[in-house]
Amino acid sequence: MARAHRPVFLPPAGYRRRRVRDAARLLPVLGVVLLVVPLLWTRSDQPGGVGNSVALIYVFAVWAGLIAGANLLSRLLRRDTEDDADEDGRDPSA
Amino acid sequence: MTLTFDTLVAVSLGYVAVLFAVAFAAERRADAGSSVWLRSPLIYTLSLSIYCTAWTFYGAVGYAARSGLEYLTIYLGPSLVMIGWWWVLRKLVRIGRAQRITSIADLVSSRFGKSPWIGALVTLIAVAGVTPYIALQLQSISLTFAAFTEGMPGGSTDVEFVALWTAVGLAVFTILFGTRNLDPSERHHGIVMAIAVEAVVKLFALLAVGAFVVWGLGGGLSGTLARIDASDVPMWQGDGGRWVGLTLLSGAAFLTLPRMFHVLVVENDDDRHLAVASWAFPLYVLLMSLFVVPIAVVGLERLPSGSNPDLFVLALPISEGHGGLALLAFLGGFSSATSMVIVATIALATMVSNHIVAPLWLSTREPDAVSRDLRGTILLARRVSVGGVLSLGYIYFQLTGSGVALSAIGLIAFAGVAQILPAMLGGIFWRGGTAGGAAAGLLLGAAVWVWTLFLPSFGTAVIPAGVLDHGPYGLGWLRPRALFGIEGIDPLLHSVIWSLLLNTGAFTLVSLLTFPKPLERLQGAQFVNVFEQANPSRAWSRSGAEVEDLLVLAQRVLGSEAALDLFGREAEGQGKSGHLPDPTPAFLQELERELAGSVGAAAAHALVGQFVKGPGVSVEDLMAVADEAAQILEYSARLEHKSAEQERTARALREANDKLTHIARQKDAFLSRISHELRTPTTSIRSFSSILGEEGLTPEEARRFAGIVEAEAQRMTRLLDDLLDLSVLREGQVSLRQQEGLLSEVIDRAVVSAGTIQGGLRVVRDAAAEAVPVTTDLDRLAQVFINLVSNARKYCDAARPELRIGVQRRGGQVIIDFVDNGSGIPVPEREVVFESFARLTGRRTGSAEPTGAGLGLAICREIMAHLGGSISYLPGQGGAAFRVILPQGLSAAAAE
Amino acid sequence: MARRVLLIEDEPNIIEALSFILTRDGWTVHTHADGATAAARVKNGSPEVVVLDAMLPGRSGFDILRDLRADPDTASVPVLMLTARGQEKDRELAMRLGATEFMTKPFANSEIVAEVRRLAGG
Repeated sequence: MARAHRPVFLPPAGYRRRRVRDAARLLPVLGVVLLVVPLLWTRSDQPGGVGNSVALIYVFAVWAGLIAGANLLSRLLRRDTEDDADEDGRDPSA
Repeated sequence: MTLTFDTLVAVSLGYVAVLFAVAFAAERRADAGSSVWLRSPLIYTLSLSIYCTAWTFYGAVGYAARSGLEYLTIYLGPSLVMIGWWWVLRKLVRIGRAQRITSIADLVSSRFGKSPWIGALVTLIAVAGVTPYIALQLQSISLTFAAFTEGMPGGSTDVEFVALWTAVGLAVFTILFGTRNLDPSERHHGIVMAIAVEAVVKLFALLAVGAFVVWGLGGGLSGTLARIDASDVPMWQGDGGRWVGLTLLSGAAFLTLPRMFHVLVVENDDDRHLAVASWAFPLYVLLMSLFVVPIAVVGLERLPSGSNPDLFVLALPISEGHGGLALLAFLGGFSSATSMVIVATIALATMVSNHIVAPLWLSTREPDAVSRDLRGTILLARRVSVGGVLSLGYIYFQLTGSGVALSAIGLIAFAGVAQILPAMLGGIFWRGGTAGGAAAGLLLGAAVWVWTLFLPSFGTAVIPAGVLDHGPYGLGWLRPRALFGIEGIDPLLHSVIWSLLLNTGAFTLVSLLTFPKPLERLQGAQFVNVFEQANPSRAWSRSGAEVEDLLVLAQRVLGSEAALDLFGREAEGQGKSGHLPDPTPAFLQELERELAGSVGAAAAHALVGQFVKGPGVSVEDLMAVADEAAQILEYSARLEHKSAEQERTARALREANDKLTHIARQKDAFLSRISHELRTPTTSIRSFSSILGEEGLTPEEARRFAGIVEAEAQRMTRLLDDLLDLSVLREGQVSLRQQEGLLSEVIDRAVVSAGTIQGGLRVVRDAAAEAVPVTTDLDRLAQVFINLVSNARKYCDAARPELRIGVQRRGGQVIIDFVDNGSGIPVPEREVVFESFARLTGRRTGSAEPTGAGLGLAICREIMAHLGGSISYLPGQGGAAFRVILPQGLSAAAAE
Repeated sequence: MARRVLLIEDEPNIIEALSFILTRDGWTVHTHADGATAAARVKNGSPEVVVLDAMLPGRSGFDILRDLRADPDTASVPVLMLTARGQEKDRELAMRLGATEFMTKPFANSEIVAEVRRLAGG
C-alpha cells in the first residue's frame, strides 16, 4: 500500500494548509450552530420574550462575523487553490 | 418633483437602452479578446446577485412586516452555502468545468450515464418550478407601475399591458445576447456584465431607500431601533420549524435553481472567484436585507393601514414626496425583476433545447441526416424556447392574476427545484447512486410537491375543497395538507419535508437495489473523484471513426473556426501537422465534452456514438471503475502519468529520427526531381535544335520548332528562377519590403495576374471582410495568392469551377481561406502538396501551357513563414481549401 | 510496309520531337501518354519497338515494364527505356526489369534513331 510509505509527519507548510481547509469546512457548521440559537428564545411579544432589536442585532452580528471569517479563510485558501497538486480526500492526517 | 406616466416609461426605456449598450460593449470587448476585466471575482459575485429578485426587493419588506425575522432565512441559507463553499460548490464548479456542464439538467443527466430521460425530467421540474417565479417578476413590474401611476397625470396603467410588453422586451434582450451563438462553454459576457450593472443598481436603490428611512424618517440609528422595539410586529415569532426549514430550503434552492446554477457553475471560469464570492456574496445579501426591518416598521407606522407591505419600498418615498428616490426604488425593483428573468430564461431555454428538443430531433433522424445543420437547429430551438418560457410565465401571470403574496410564489418555486438536490448531491458524493434511483427520487419528489404545494397554490379551482379536506376519492391519507394523516404542520413545511424525505428515500433505496450501466459507473467515478483524476478514464475505447467525418460533425455543432481550432490543437499535441489528428480515445473524449458544451452531455454522446464504432466503454475502463480502493486508483493514475510521460519522450525521439531519415531521403528525391525537371526541357531543346540544323524543313515547321525551343528555354528559366527563389527563402537571406496596404488590393492583383478571366474560374469574394489594412511585404503576399488562385484555375475539376475567398480577423491575425468547389485533394497527398516538386498525379488539364514545376506551394510556405504567418491545407471544406494566416500589423518577423 | 513504333511519353514537346525524327526515318509512330493504360495499349497494338518514358502520370515506366515482361504476349517486345533522372540505379533497375536498352535524356537524335533501328532489327 502506498499509504504505508508516507512519512508520519508532514512539513509545516502542508500541515498549516490542511488545517486551513478544516477551518473552511467547519465555519458553516459554526454558523448553523449560532443560527439555531433563536430556537431557544421566547416569542418577542410574550412577557420575557427576546427584544425586537436584540433579536435583529444578534442575527446580523452572527452573519457579519461569518462573513469576516470567510473573508479571512478565502485569503488563505486562495493561495491554496493555485496549487492543487495535493488534494483532499487523501489527507493522511485526516 | 412630479412624475408623469410618460417620464416613467421614458426612464424605464432609457434604462433598458443602457443595459443593451453595456451588454453590447461587453460582447465587443470579449470578442476583441480583452476579457480579463470582464472575468473578475467582483463581476462574478455581482452576477450571483440575481438570487435577489423582485421578491427580495419588494417582498422582503412585506415578509418582515408579517413574520418578523423569518425573511432572513431566505438569505441565511445561501450565505451558509457560500461560506461552506469548500464542501459543495467547489466540487460542483470543478465538475462543471471538467465535464463542460451546460445546465443543472445536464449535470444530473451526465452524472447518471448521460441519460436523456433524466435530463428531460429535471428540465420539466425546473420549468414547472420556475415558470411561476417568472410570472412573479412580471407581476411585480406591472404592480409597481400601477402603484406609481396611481393618480398620476397620464391615466392609470393597464397592468396586463405593461406585463406583456415587459415580457416581449425581455425576450428580445435574451435572444439577442443569450442565444447569439452556441458558445461551447455557454458563457455570455454581455449578459453577465448587464446583470452585474443591475446588481449595483438594485443594491444602491435599496440602500438609498433604507438610509432615507433610517436617517430621514426614523430619527437616526437609535431612534430607528427604538421604533423597532416599540413596533407591533414581533421579530421572533417562535416558529423554530419554519426558521430551520426555510433556511435549509433556501440553501437547497440556491444550489438547484437553474439560474443560480447557471451563474454559479456554468459562467464560472476560475475557482478563485469562488473564494472571493464566498464572503462577498453573503456580504451583498446582508446589505440587501439590512434595512428591510426599518422600512417595514416605519412603513407600518406612517402609511395608511391596509397599504400593501409588499410595496413599502416604493410607497414610502412616494408618500413622503420624494419622487426622485421613488424612481430610483422603481429602477431597483425593475433591475431585480429583469435580471432574474433574463438569466432564468437562458438557463431554462438551454435545458429545454438540449434535453427535450435535441433528443427528440435526433431520435427522428436517420444517422446520416444528422450531419445537416445541427447548429442552426439548436440555435433556433433555443430561441424558440426563450419565447416559450417567457410566454409560459406570461400565461401563468394571466391565470393567477395578482392576488397571491409575493413570498408565497417564491417559496413554492424553491420547494419545486429543491427536488433536484438529492440526485445532485447524491451524484457528486456517492458513487453508488444509479440512474434508476435518481429517476425514482425525482419522480416521487416532484409528484409530492405538485400534489401538496403546487396544485393547491392555484386555489380551490384546481383542487376542490372536498379533496383538500378528505383526500381524493375519500382516501384520507392522501390529503394534500396532511399526507399519511399527519396533521397540524405548516403547509409549506409539510410539503418540503414529505417531498424531500420520499425523494431521498426513493433515490437511496432504488440505487441500492439496481445495478448501474457501465457508463453510469464511469461517470460516477469521474464526478465523485473529480479532484483526484490525473488522467480521466475514457468512455471511448477504440474507434473506427473517420476523423474527417468527426470534423464535419464538429463544425456543424461548434462552428467552423472553433472546430478547426480544436482539431488543429489536438493534431499539434499529437505531433502532427494540419487539422486531422488521430481519433485516439482521449481525443474522442475531449471532442465529446466540447460538443456537450453546446448540446448537453446526452446529445453529444449520441452524436459521437453515431460515428464511432465499437463499444463505448472498454474492459479496462470498467476495471478502473470497479476498483473501489481510491488509493490504488490514485497510485496507478500516477504511474500511468509517469509512463505516459516516458512514452511521450520516446515518441518525440522516434519522430525526430524519422524526420532525419525522411530529410535525407527527401534530399535524394529533390536532386533527382531537379535533374528530371531540367533534363526534360533540355531534351526538347537539344532535339529540335538539331532538327533545325538539318536541311529539308518547311518554313512552317521551322517556325514551329523554333517556337518550341523558345518556350522550353523559358520554362527552364522559370524553373531556375523558382529554384533560386526557394533556396534564397530557405537560406533566410530574403529582404522583405514592408508596405502598408489593403488586403483587398493584394487579392485584386492576384486574381488579375492569375488569369482567372480567361480560365473560366468564378471568384467569389467578400468586399467588406477584405477591407483589412495589412503591413507586410505585399509583393510576396501577392505571390502566394497568385499561386493559390492559379492552382484553383488549373486543378479545380468542377463543371463550373468556383473559388471562394473568405477573410476573417481573429485575435490579431488575418485569416484568408481559398476554397474551391472541385473534388479536393485526397488525404494522402495533402501531406505532400507543400513539398518541392509536388505535382499531383493525374490532375493535369489538357491545356497546351506547360504546367508549373511543382514548386509553387513550397515557395508559398516559405514566404508565409518569412512573413510570420502560415499556410496550410484546410480539410472538411468540400473542395480543395487552403488557409493563409497572416499576423496583422506585423513587424517582428521582418527584422530577422 | 512501314514499321511501327509505340512512343509512351507524356511531355508533348518531346513527343513531337521524337515523332518527327522517327517518322522521317520511315517509322509509323503511335503515341500514348497515360501510364495506367499503357501496357494494354502495347498488347493491342503489337508494335515492333516500344519507347518508354520512366516518369508518367498514372503509372511509372518501371511498373509498366514489369507488367509487359510478366505478360507472355509482350514479354519479348523490345523496349527502349528513357529517363530524365539520370541516376545509375535507374539504369540498373531498368535492366533488371528486362529493358532491352536504356537511354538518358537529353539524347542525340541520331543515337535514338539508331537504337530504335537496332532493337527492331535485332
